[in-house]
Amino acid sequence: MTQSKEPDHLQLNSQGRLRHFLTLDGLDRATLTEILDTADSFIEVGKRSIKNVPLLRGKTVVNLFFEASTRTRSTFELAAKRLSADVLNLNISTSATSKGESLSDTLQNLEAMASDMFVVRHSQSGAPHFIAESVTPNVSIINAGDGRHAHPTQAMLDMLTIRQHKGSFEGLKVAIVGDILHSRVARSQIRALNTLGVSEVRVIAPNTLLPVDIESLGATVYSTMKQGLDGVDVVIMLRLQKERMEGALLPSEHEFYELYGLTTEKLKYAKPDAIVMHPGPINRGVEIESAVADGPQSVILNQVTNGIAVRMAVMSMAMSGQTAAISAAASE
Amino acid sequence: MTALLDVESLLVNICADLSEHLALNHIDSPCVIGIRTGGVWLADHIHKKLGLSEPFGELDISFYRDDFTRIGLNPTVKPSSLPFETEGRDIVLIDDVVMSGRTIRAAMNELFDYGRPASITLVSLIDLNGRELPIQPDIVGQKMTLNDNQQIKLKGPEKLELEVTEK
Repeated sequence: MTQSKEPDHLQLNSQGRLRHFLTLDGLDRATLTEILDTADSFIEVGKRSIKNVPLLRGKTVVNLFFEASTRTRSTFELAAKRLSADVLNLNISTSATSKGESLSDTLQNLEAMASDMFVVRHSQSGAPHFIAESVTPNVSIINAGDGRHAHPTQAMLDMLTIRQHKGSFEGLKVAIVGDILHSRVARSQIRALNTLGVSEVRVIAPNTLLPVDIESLGATVYSTMKQGLDGVDVVIMLRLQKERMEGALLPSEHEFYELYGLTTEKLKYAKPDAIVMHPGPINRGVEIESAVADGPQSVILNQVTNGIAVRMAVMSMAMSGQTAAISAAASE
Repeated sequence: MTALLDVESLLVNICADLSEHLALNHIDSPCVIGIRTGGVWLADHIHKKLGLSEPFGELDISFYRDDFTRIGLNPTVKPSSLPFETEGRDIVLIDDVVMSGRTIRAAMNELFDYGRPASITLVSLIDLNGRELPIQPDIVGQKMTLNDNQQIKLKGPEKLELEVTEK
């Protein structure tokens, strides 16, 4: 599978509306802002005694997870259910494909069950893009994380959290800290932050955990926390993805924590009102001190809440874009 | 483009009719809810004219539209805001124009997701022909019939004006 650079033609319909949600590449500020505004409206729904709205009533959403995930899958499931969709959760790594069925056969069977949307997580970069090219026009694909490529809904929930706490993106300095190399989240965050107009995106990591092309994505590299956190408004810590590391990229977790772990002392380099974020799950004492993760500047639990609203927004926008595309095709 | 009707005098009549309606039905503590956008402007005026102390609510029915799959989400959707419990309350629901009845159906669907009201009184500034659902306002400012090539729009919020334009 190849990684798509600019799949606008695939994820936007002929009216420029979202039809699949695969990557933030090629999406303009207006589209990202529309996602954030729509998600903002869905937050209120989550506070009601009846938390459902009927937008996806009668639609079938399949959570197609080729890679294990609890948090992301749960929030996608909750989001779909709050939109009144029927939800099917499939852990493909332990079901059909392990019995020898090909990916194409699995997809065709799911399409034959009249599914309307696949939420796809895959360890291979570009897998959701590949699936979006293969499925019929009646199915929308939402990327729930693919390889090292992208995790666009996670990035958008982070953007929503930043906007809630900082009001806007103008003039913000944002630091992303830790395992950039293995992080699809970081790539999507850098893309989103630049599109939304922050003044500076910094990455802070040891050289062994930095991809070679990171500056071309629009980030400035810092190798020490003291310099990198100086005067930033937002600190985004990343999980150390030990399961993805091949070879000795780190001398030890202890040394990583000493140099790059976010402690109360190091947080003082940032602005006094800086917020602290983490996509989870947190490795306490490896990336972040418990006192910081649970402290007054932490917005980590806000991120989780916002995850449901952002996924509701993306799913409803893609479903409406899909229907519009089918209607346009039928009238031609 | 023509400024057509004096909204202020319609609102005076609406408030008189609404007060009478509430008294007849023994409703002494109604909660007022406007449907965005025009209904909210009207709710603000009616709320003040009735002298109610409880703040009025704002309803955005975007998530409840039955044509969502055809026209998509309204990108300017804002969350509904109901600063009171609706369970067991007598609600005065206000919109600027009632035509097909679908917006009111969506609004009632949404209201019931907040709780089961004791009653809903529907107030509309303008009642147009073209009803597609059996939903009728209880209080109406003006009944009108438009030609097929005409549409009506309430402009505001500072000065409320009704305009009929050609499509």
